[in-house]
Amino acid sequence: MSDIDLAPLQAELSRFDLQGRSGLLPALQAAQRLYGWLPQEAAAEVAKALGVPLADVHGVIEFYSLFYSEPVGKRIVRVCTDAACGLKGGEQILSGLCARHGIQPNQTTPDLSTTIESSPCLGLCDLAPATLTVDDGRWTIGDNELRPRSMVYGLSSLLTSNCGKGRAATLAEYGAYPALRRALELTPEAVIAEVKAAGLVGRGGAAFPTAVKWEGAAKAESFPKYIVCNADESEPGTFKDRVLLLDDPHRVIEGMCIAAHAIGATRGYIYLRGEYPYILPVLENALSEARAAGYLGKKFDIEIRLGAGAYICGEETALFESIEGKRGYPRIKPPFPTTNGLFDQPTVINNVETLCNVPLIFEKGAAGYRQIGTEKSPGPKLFCVSGDVAKPGVYEVPFGTTLRELLTMANGSPVDWLSGSAVNQSTEQPDSRITEKLENGLQAILFGGAAGAFATPAHLDVKLTFEDLRAAGLPLGSGVVMVFDQSRDLRQTLARLGKFFAHESCGKCYPCQLGTQRQMEILQRLANGEWQMGDSERLQDVGWTMTDASLCGLGQTAASAVLSALKLGLVKL
Amino acid sequence: MPQLIIDDKEISADDGATILEAARQADIDIPTICWHPATSSNGLCRMCVVEVEGMRLLQPGCLVKAADGMRVQTKSERVIRARKTILEMLASSVDLSDFPEILALMDEYGASSARFPLAERREVEVKDDNPMFIRDYAKCVLCWRCVQVCAEDAQFTFAINFSGRGFETQIGTFFDRALPATSCVFCGQCVGVCPSGALKPKREFLLEQGVTPEQIAAMKTGLKSKVKSQRSSI
Repeated sequence: MSDIDLAPLQAELSRFDLQGRSGLLPALQAAQRLYGWLPQEAAAEVAKALGVPLADVHGVIEFYSLFYSEPVGKRIVRVCTDAACGLKGGEQILSGLCARHGIQPNQTTPDLSTTIESSPCLGLCDLAPATLTVDDGRWTIGDNELRPRSMVYGLSSLLTSNCGKGRAATLAEYGAYPALRRALELTPEAVIAEVKAAGLVGRGGAAFPTAVKWEGAAKAESFPKYIVCNADESEPGTFKDRVLLLDDPHRVIEGMCIAAHAIGATRGYIYLRGEYPYILPVLENALSEARAAGYLGKKFDIEIRLGAGAYICGEETALFESIEGKRGYPRIKPPFPTTNGLFDQPTVINNVETLCNVPLIFEKGAAGYRQIGTEKSPGPKLFCVSGDVAKPGVYEVPFGTTLRELLTMANGSPVDWLSGSAVNQSTEQPDSRITEKLENGLQAILFGGAAGAFATPAHLDVKLTFEDLRAAGLPLGSGVVMVFDQSRDLRQTLARLGKFFAHESCGKCYPCQLGTQRQMEILQRLANGEWQMGDSERLQDVGWTMTDASLCGLGQTAASAVLSALKLGLVKL
Repeated sequence: MPQLIIDDKEISADDGATILEAARQADIDIPTICWHPATSSNGLCRMCVVEVEGMRLLQPGCLVKAADGMRVQTKSERVIRARKTILEMLASSVDLSDFPEILALMDEYGASSARFPLAERREVEVKDDNPMFIRDYAKCVLCWRCVQVCAEDAQFTFAINFSGRGFETQIGTFFDRALPATSCVFCGQCVGVCPSGALKPKREFLLEQGVTPEQIAAMKTGLKSKVKSQRSSI
């Protein structure tokens, strides 16, 4: 049919054929690196080598945004047009680039030199407006950066002590896994008891007690067991895991090693989102260092899996399906991952930030860890502050800091917040201009991301803890705090959120498959001033049906921000 | 045997029965679209959702097992709202003209096919690429039954899978190949489980198009001689 040379692919595939179907995503990624896209002959060769039916291989290619079944440009420019970048002109950058190349978004120039895509959140909200370019396998962020800058602020630097230095901490700088050494002196039961005593809950969005997961998998009697690090950070507005992985990769690896000891896991996976390819070499290097030092490779080892463009794969069971080489459809729960997880085996899956807290617990001891934060929300928390603030970035604060304190820092307080002394200086008045800006300039704050909810200036004094936010009806989610000032038209933001969910719905269950599409259409009308009679009721019916009847968390939260904006009267219908 | 209450009716369910099975045994109707006794339940259509006391969200009756002491509402306000909205969203996306059971459900729930104006529909051309059956995916409700019987639920042929994602999902073959160019063995099981007229025997399709039985017979003869000539050439 065509004249592609399959020999280099066949050589590559020998690395994956023993993995069977689980090797499908890495094999397709290898093929795409060779050919720039996935020609039919290459896909068939992958199917043959891995023993996967042809139709299933095509189904997988079709599911993931970063797989191409048609030729694309040598250079692919992804322009983020989601909520945070939308505020900073993402759409204008996209249309400007397209005009310059004479193409429409998501098209390729006739000479196959350039493809320009409108991208869902790239996890670069602190650098908004963000673009990510791949040119012949080399990545650049924005105009010319090889790695995104990490801007790290806050009241403490327990999780982020090695972050913000412009490069990854080496093993020598990080230290000889002292927390792991301490944990290995304890029995697995005692390790879990320590995490339980520390009161660690998951930082990925669901706020589930970490020790309960570990206990469940430890007690399960089937082997092998797995530790999976969920690094598929894709919630619009979230970029903390990017900073943790890129600047301090050993912290998360040490956390995984401790978790492996606790549950008796022999194998770990880090599932890294496809839009973070620049983190891959950093993690690979850190894994090599850890193997050379003997922390990995004996009883426990870790493999990195790169996602291929699917927000749904941040849902834990969809992530397992993806590692298993399938379309990222969320599974029916129960059964739960602790007994029937990856490859149907007992699995603990934790978020990057959660795992990064684990070494801290064993450095300080559970009691020491509980000195940080509040009684019901112990520990430090990373917030991803973006939008209309002077200093977007990752903010590490103890739980219990108020939203006002966080936003005062983000607007450039005169107090030396980084010194950590500000907590004891609450009598000191922040700059009156900042107070004025917060009181009068602020319109709304999106909490928890696209799947989160809006807050208003009336919420400024809410304490950032699980319990206080829950009482205020706000989700902590993945720590997103996206700020909108008075000049913003939130109808545009809602339209962007609607587009995001319609793009990212997997299509498995009807409420989300159909509801995200209908919701997007109505929100687009709202943004365009083309409101139809009855759209308000339609939005409510669609939103509540998705919330109440969808199969997984994506559909159940796809209307959350929209419904909260309507309830607070943030948009005029 | 679990004892539970469904719509104020005390019921003894069989061990291992789902809420759907328990309700149907007691003559309480719970509607379904994707569910089929011969295929595994995936909880896709969510028409069978019910309200279970103590559970925050609606639960799919086809998957959740009946349990002792459970209190279930199958016709609460929340349940009705979800079912009616699902029907209306489906009718605004898919051609349901060959799916009388859904049309009856729409009447029963007062669901309007015009509820969502200016809605994008899943419109695709009929695929007529083999002598056995046609594929009219504009009528496909994505119940997954055809994919499942082609795979592990019955035939282990794996000729079809999905293309696209989300609202754009469709049933497809490897790079959209015509069925005869796939592993399809024309067992017909997919046609047998299709509820919506998306998969239809060629003869039925032709008759609906106004082709007469005589013309169809003539086409068959032509086809046989074509196959014979192909074989002899091999």
